[in-house]
Amino acid sequence: MGSQGGFGQSKEFLDLVKSIGEARSKSEEDRIILSEIETLKRRIVEPDIPKRKMKEYIIRLVYVEMLGHDASFGYIHAVKMTHDDSLLLKRTGYLAVTLFLNEDHDLIILIVNTIQKDLKSDNYLVVCAALNAVCRLINEETIPAVLPQVVELLGHAKEAVRKKAIMALHRFYQKSPASVLHLISNFRKTLCDKDPGVMGATLCPLFDIVTIDVNSYKDLVISFISILKQVAERRLPKSYDYHQMPAPFIQIKLLKILALLGSGDKQASEQMYTVLGDIFRKCDTLSNIGNAVLYECICCVSCIYPNTKLLEAAAEAISKFLKSESHNLKYMGIDALGRLIKISPDIAEQHQLAVIDCLEDPDDTLKRKTFELLYKMTKSSNVEVIVDRMIDYMISINDNHYKTEIASRCVELAEQFAPSNHWFIQTMNKVFEHAGDLVNIKVAHNLMRLIAEGFGEDDDTADSQLRSSAVESYLCIIGEPKLPSVFLQVICWVLGEYGTADGKYSASYITGKLCDVAEAYSNDETVKAYAITALMKLYAYEIAAGREVDILPECQSLIEELSASHSTDLQQRAYELQTLIGLDARAVVCVMPSDASCEDIEIDKSLSFLNHYVQESLEKGAQPYIPESARTGMLNISSFRNEDHHEVPMHGLRFEAYELPQPVVPSKSPVSYTPSTELVPVPEPSYSREIHTSTAVPSISNSGSTELKLRLDGVQKKWGRPSYSSGSTSTLESSSQKTVNGSAQTESVSTSTSRAQATSSFDLKKPQVEISEEKQRLAASLFGGPSKTDKRLTSSSHKVVKSSSHTTEKPHIAKAADTALEKPTTVQPPPDLLDLGETTVTSSAPSIDPFKQLEGLLDQGENVSAPNHGAVNASKAPDIMSLYVEIAASGQSGGAVNSVPTNGDDMLSGLSGQSIRTASPGGAAGSSPLSKGPNLKDALEKDALVRQMGVTPTSQNPNLFKDLLG
Amino acid sequence: MIKAVMVMNTQGKPRLAKFYDYQPVEKQQELIRSVFAALSSRAENVSNFVEADAIFGLDSRLVYKHYATLYFVFVFDSSENELAMLDLIQVFVETLDKCFKNVCELDIVFNYGKMQTILDEIIFGGQVLETSSAEVMKVVEEILKLEAASNAITLVPKTVSSWRGR
Repeated sequence: MGSQGGFGQSKEFLDLVKSIGEARSKSEEDRIILSEIETLKRRIVEPDIPKRKMKEYIIRLVYVEMLGHDASFGYIHAVKMTHDDSLLLKRTGYLAVTLFLNEDHDLIILIVNTIQKDLKSDNYLVVCAALNAVCRLINEETIPAVLPQVVELLGHAKEAVRKKAIMALHRFYQKSPASVLHLISNFRKTLCDKDPGVMGATLCPLFDIVTIDVNSYKDLVISFISILKQVAERRLPKSYDYHQMPAPFIQIKLLKILALLGSGDKQASEQMYTVLGDIFRKCDTLSNIGNAVLYECICCVSCIYPNTKLLEAAAEAISKFLKSESHNLKYMGIDALGRLIKISPDIAEQHQLAVIDCLEDPDDTLKRKTFELLYKMTKSSNVEVIVDRMIDYMISINDNHYKTEIASRCVELAEQFAPSNHWFIQTMNKVFEHAGDLVNIKVAHNLMRLIAEGFGEDDDTADSQLRSSAVESYLCIIGEPKLPSVFLQVICWVLGEYGTADGKYSASYITGKLCDVAEAYSNDETVKAYAITALMKLYAYEIAAGREVDILPECQSLIEELSASHSTDLQQRAYELQTLIGLDARAVVCVMPSDASCEDIEIDKSLSFLNHYVQESLEKGAQPYIPESARTGMLNISSFRNEDHHEVPMHGLRFEAYELPQPVVPSKSPVSYTPSTELVPVPEPSYSREIHTSTAVPSISNSGSTELKLRLDGVQKKWGRPSYSSGSTSTLESSSQKTVNGSAQTESVSTSTSRAQATSSFDLKKPQVEISEEKQRLAASLFGGPSKTDKRLTSSSHKVVKSSSHTTEKPHIAKAADTALEKPTTVQPPPDLLDLGETTVTSSAPSIDPFKQLEGLLDQGENVSAPNHGAVNASKAPDIMSLYVEIAASGQSGGAVNSVPTNGDDMLSGLSGQSIRTASPGGAAGSSPLSKGPNLKDALEKDALVRQMGVTPTSQNPNLFKDLLG
Repeated sequence: MIKAVMVMNTQGKPRLAKFYDYQPVEKQQELIRSVFAALSSRAENVSNFVEADAIFGLDSRLVYKHYATLYFVFVFDSSENELAMLDLIQVFVETLDKCFKNVCELDIVFNYGKMQTILDEIIFGGQVLETSSAEVMKVVEEILKLEAASNAITLVPKTVSSWRGR
């Protein structure tokens, strides 16, 4: 099919595309599209539109929506189009609805019927179109409506339909596993389909199913292995070859499934060894797809029960990847290394330089993958270098998502492997300083708890050293501008608890610092709360120690400011502080015992100390307490009661107050609503009025409802609570008390960090984490292998001399890679009897670059490509079947592995049931349907048009794929 | 599973966007924009892979290929193989090239429907359906032939049954 000269579109559409292509700004583009929408709205409702015209309108709608504008006015026309008899319109209709609608859209119900009808159509293309729509538009509720027909199609005569039916079923399984659970056995049946393509399609759902439930599918291991063997031995028709690889996508899927099945199963794994070894040997490492299979093979080997020989082969393949010039292969190599390293940790050592090259590569993807690898291979001996590198990288990037990830990894590694307390504190400081707002608040709480509880079990001196070093480092950092809030909270808390503990700093010095913080971050209430609580603790220690407390003027003004604060929490804290200062030493010790953050707080959940009070009240005639569960109509209360945050009072009324106005939202933005459509009438003006009345209706019996319309935050804070519980002040107090005593307490228990003990005894080669510029030093510290590095040292120091910048390619490595890559080409698969007829084709093919054939400039190229790709497809379907049968049969008698499956293996028995004579597949290369030569006139016309459009300003020639082909 | 296929030009204009899980229009635009931002910041001669967790949520990778003025982008999860996806892009482009003869951006703009047809033959419901561009071409041509025929004889719809009888 050519491009139909002038693209077969109307002048209008052409102009549209042209003007959009020429649009200088986004607003100009928007203007053009809006006017296009107006045009379409008018045109599309005209009576008697010719079908081709209608199709174009729908395509234009899709185009409009692709550019980000609302085309919902036309959805119904797309739906109507699916009902059309003409295949052209029907397909366009289906295409448009699959792009427009989601599975829960109201219009779907209008399509289900059409889909049902089309699934029964005699024309398999209609069936295919319907199946395509099924995948996208059928949701859990509508699955039963089409399920019987889809299942029936599993037995359709056309393999294309069977394939799609399997995938539709797979889609149902993804959407709602329960609805197709009884049909899963069908996949076992289709695995034995006579068409290899259908079998290949079945692997997709099987992969998903096996992922969830490995054990039920162990019996298929033998089938999968024998299929893989047959594929690898090139027993499939030539049409399944891709770049001289036999059915690589099927191989990849099979390897993935085998990896799942063989994981932790020695018996199953042992059956796979032979075929995996074969694939390692046969893989063509020159083509992209060959490497894809190879990579999958490595993944499989690293998942299944380990086998030394295969691991060696995998290691060899990895080293080829890493030595390659291609970034893609390096990436795969690093990834594969990360997988294999779990099984044989010493494999990384031989690739250390390659890994470091990747770490310094300008390619971000590769770099990140390498960090992932380093993360996996971190141990206590190399944690300093790795974490330091990670932090450096973290500082250098702007991508918040990845920053968060790498920060949490740093924290995790530091917590797990920290060689010393000092290093740990320093590292955490860096992480918080640069990514403080991104890390989980839990990390901060963990850090506080760690400082409070200490590293060791009983070593008090080490703990106090840790605290002192933390205090010292925080006092250094505290003056820096713009620290993240989380970090400041940690700092304030630590200074409050331990600031004066070792007597090195005076209370007034530390309180002065804390006041500075509160002043500098006056917008951050949490930080201020932490700061004032820290002040209170410091004063409490002073009073308890019998020293005179002199409150700095700035502290005084801070306390005054906060006691008039809008935040009740801050007020509370300020008043508490003021009261505390007035108490005598004995009382202070009771209220605020020093260094008690780790003490357990006993919680009397039944509040038994109130029993007396309750009893008294009841005797006086008070109403007995009704448990929450017994109350009706107040369900929401329980949800907020469970939270013990002190901010809760603010949210107390929210659920009623905020939910009602929701329907107003659309009326707030009437711009998005198009007024003119008669199809979807939007009663906009009446809408908001309705809401108004509904809110005005007094709701029954809820004491809070009178405040619904107020929605004033300040008011709620003061009034919201008492309506539910008389003890609101006491809860407030207790929660603030908790934070006073140690916020770590509130968040505790969640994680039990198993910290590497005795890590502090680890000998530090470098006192402060510090990376030398030379790679070999880095390598040695990362991989810690002094024995092997000696040899490498010379070569790499060589390298450093040669090229100071690490980014340049290393020539001798390249050479090594070249030779490595050349080797495998000589390894040819042993010629098979069945393949003999085709070997001539194969052997001639490799000499011609397959890309060249695409160029479409050489007639010859096209002729060669035709038999290669299209040979068997051109021949009749029965031939393929019979060939496949024959293969299966001979495969059975072939190796030892294959002789096993005969009993009970449903795949092979299903296949051997067929007895059809073999026919030579590739012998009769069908007349190529693609042998149209390039039409010079066409190309020239196109070129002219392209220039006129100005869509492709960068290239003169319309042949855009030069770079691909050359 | 493959999550999305996008084709966009080097100015960031989408030429094809297909999401195998439904995304509302605004979200689609956002995704396209962020993908373009990620791609345009990448240097030449680096790998074709981008980790796309930040854009598409957990466990998503992105493979792209740059041809002249167009980016071809596939987004998928860990159940697919990156190198294989790269080859799938190759298959897609090869098929387009066969279909349009020296395909260029304009072909793609104007033959949106045809391009979708081709894509639907290669990827079906997020799974790889066919990887031989010759096979795809065969099917696509058959569809086009039938479409043309059904269009030509729309005035006499009964004759359509002769096609169905095949």
